[in-house]
Amino acid sequence: MSHARGSFGRQLRSDLRILFGRPRTIALLAGLAAVPLLLAIVLFVAQNSGMAGQGPGFIGRVTGNGLFLVIASLFLCLPFLLPLTIGITAGDALAGEAQTGTLRYLLTLPVSRTRLLASKALTSLAFAVAAVFLIATVALASGGAFFGLTDMTLLSGSTVGLGSGMARMFGVAAYVALSLTGLVAVGLFFSTLTEVPVGAMAGTTIVAVVSSVLDTLPQLAAIHPYLLTHHWFDFAEFLRIEVNWSVLSSGMIVQLGWVAIFATLAWGRFTTADVTS
Amino acid sequence: MIAPAIRTEGLTKRFRSGQVAVDGIDLVVPRGAVYGFLGPNGSGKTTTIRMLLGLVRPTAGAAWLLDEQMPKAGGSVLPRVGALVEGPAFHPYLSGRANLVRLDSCDSTADPKTSRSRIDTSLDRVGLTAAAAKPYRQYSLGMKQRLGLAAALLRPRELLVLDEPTNGLDPQGTREVRHLIRELSAEGTTVLVSSHLLSEIEQVCTHIGIMGRGKLLAQAERQSLIADDDIRIVVTTTPDHVSDAAAVLTSLGLDATVDSVELQAQLGDTPPERVSAALVHAGVDLVGLDVRRRSLEQLFVELTGEGFDVAR
Repeated sequence: MSHARGSFGRQLRSDLRILFGRPRTIALLAGLAAVPLLLAIVLFVAQNSGMAGQGPGFIGRVTGNGLFLVIASLFLCLPFLLPLTIGITAGDALAGEAQTGTLRYLLTLPVSRTRLLASKALTSLAFAVAAVFLIATVALASGGAFFGLTDMTLLSGSTVGLGSGMARMFGVAAYVALSLTGLVAVGLFFSTLTEVPVGAMAGTTIVAVVSSVLDTLPQLAAIHPYLLTHHWFDFAEFLRIEVNWSVLSSGMIVQLGWVAIFATLAWGRFTTADVTS
Repeated sequence: MIAPAIRTEGLTKRFRSGQVAVDGIDLVVPRGAVYGFLGPNGSGKTTTIRMLLGLVRPTAGAAWLLDEQMPKAGGSVLPRVGALVEGPAFHPYLSGRANLVRLDSCDSTADPKTSRSRIDTSLDRVGLTAAAAKPYRQYSLGMKQRLGLAAALLRPRELLVLDEPTNGLDPQGTREVRHLIRELSAEGTTVLVSSHLLSEIEQVCTHIGIMGRGKLLAQAERQSLIADDDIRIVVTTTPDHVSDAAAVLTSLGLDATVDSVELQAQLGDTPPERVSAALVHAGVDLVGLDVRRRSLEQLFVELTGEGFDVAR
């Protein structure tokens, strides 16, 4: 093959450097990292007031065990902040290159369109994984610093050791990251449709929000299991003594379906579109 | 015969809006030529170039670069082609050098080991070495254009496609681009250079193609386009000798038109020195004798019909 010299890895590293070297990406990650830290401070300050132990989800448990800050932070970021930041990065992946005009120069190098799409998909995915694990890591660190990390009391009331608790938190973060793959694919598809990155960004975020809204309408119960966001909060499964893997895998299968559909659409669109930007 | 560097047959692009941007053009750019691709703004030059490079799919017709059909052979042909399309475009927050590193990293056929030296060479070639570390967004228009040229020259190329390379450059910069084109051409690179400003590139071209409203209105070697057979002789004499002079021209088989003391005639095959000799021989007072060739600019205006205005 005549394409042997520069590897796909070289292109991927370049795309990663472009994304993670960008001030905007760093600002987004810093914003996400601030969530667990702020949450820890708020809970720490309020822990001896009348409002201690109140709030949704797992927030009440954080002051007893810093490990729960991981779950609480992801719980807070998942409905909107994560979809927003993923919308920004995935939506910008190709539309941003089109807007600056760099897309035409990449394609005339040449970079094959399939290869460019694959590299951008992996880069956008890398952002989603980085965002989730950054939140989890900062949560673990600030949870430990403010409240200490101890054995974990599960939903059933039984307790597991710190090692198992840490492993479970890793599982939560991994599940959340994988739950976002469908949204990354949607964002990438929108990104192939336009030269206006803001449009693709907004579109992607809106898909996640609309999906959450539809998920609350009982009249649409028939389609709920297939919605992009329906299984997002199934990460609570990791707080049961026996993790039910079939619940988790059905969430993954739904994501796989969304990825398959939107990756195919993105590929079909991007490999045939006229580049007039 | 060596296949042309660029060839198209009936190349057509009709956009979804129904607008026909390029209308069945047959472009031929011989190897080694400097082909001036001229036309007013909006005449279809850039869309043609985008089709040549595989960015836009033709609605009809076909295009060959270096004897391989586009866009399907793009993977093997484009590494041998440097391009500047519709102005330079780079990541604004990266430095000039970082932008070239970025492009070279994505070029699957470029050798990573020589990347650094190739980048240095091309920066040097366009005179951008001193500004290489500055972020692209701080570049002047001229520096941006130079960086675009540096990107096109990252590797040795058999063909360069330069779309409006002098856009935004001052006269000095324009001269430098012309010089660069001459230099590259002397090294054996075929160059297709487009412009809506005829005078900026006319001097370096060996071949000229003129676009207007999506059609290729004329295409030939520069010399033959200018010379054509449209050479006129203009004889200026004194009022007393106008009729004598007209008689001499008529005797030479020339069809003269008279405007007070000035006589004009299409020369055809008659050499101008025969006309002057005959006039002197007949005792006509010659105040002035001028041989006028139709300039490329006149041709351009005649063909495009709208001069340098923006096409509809």
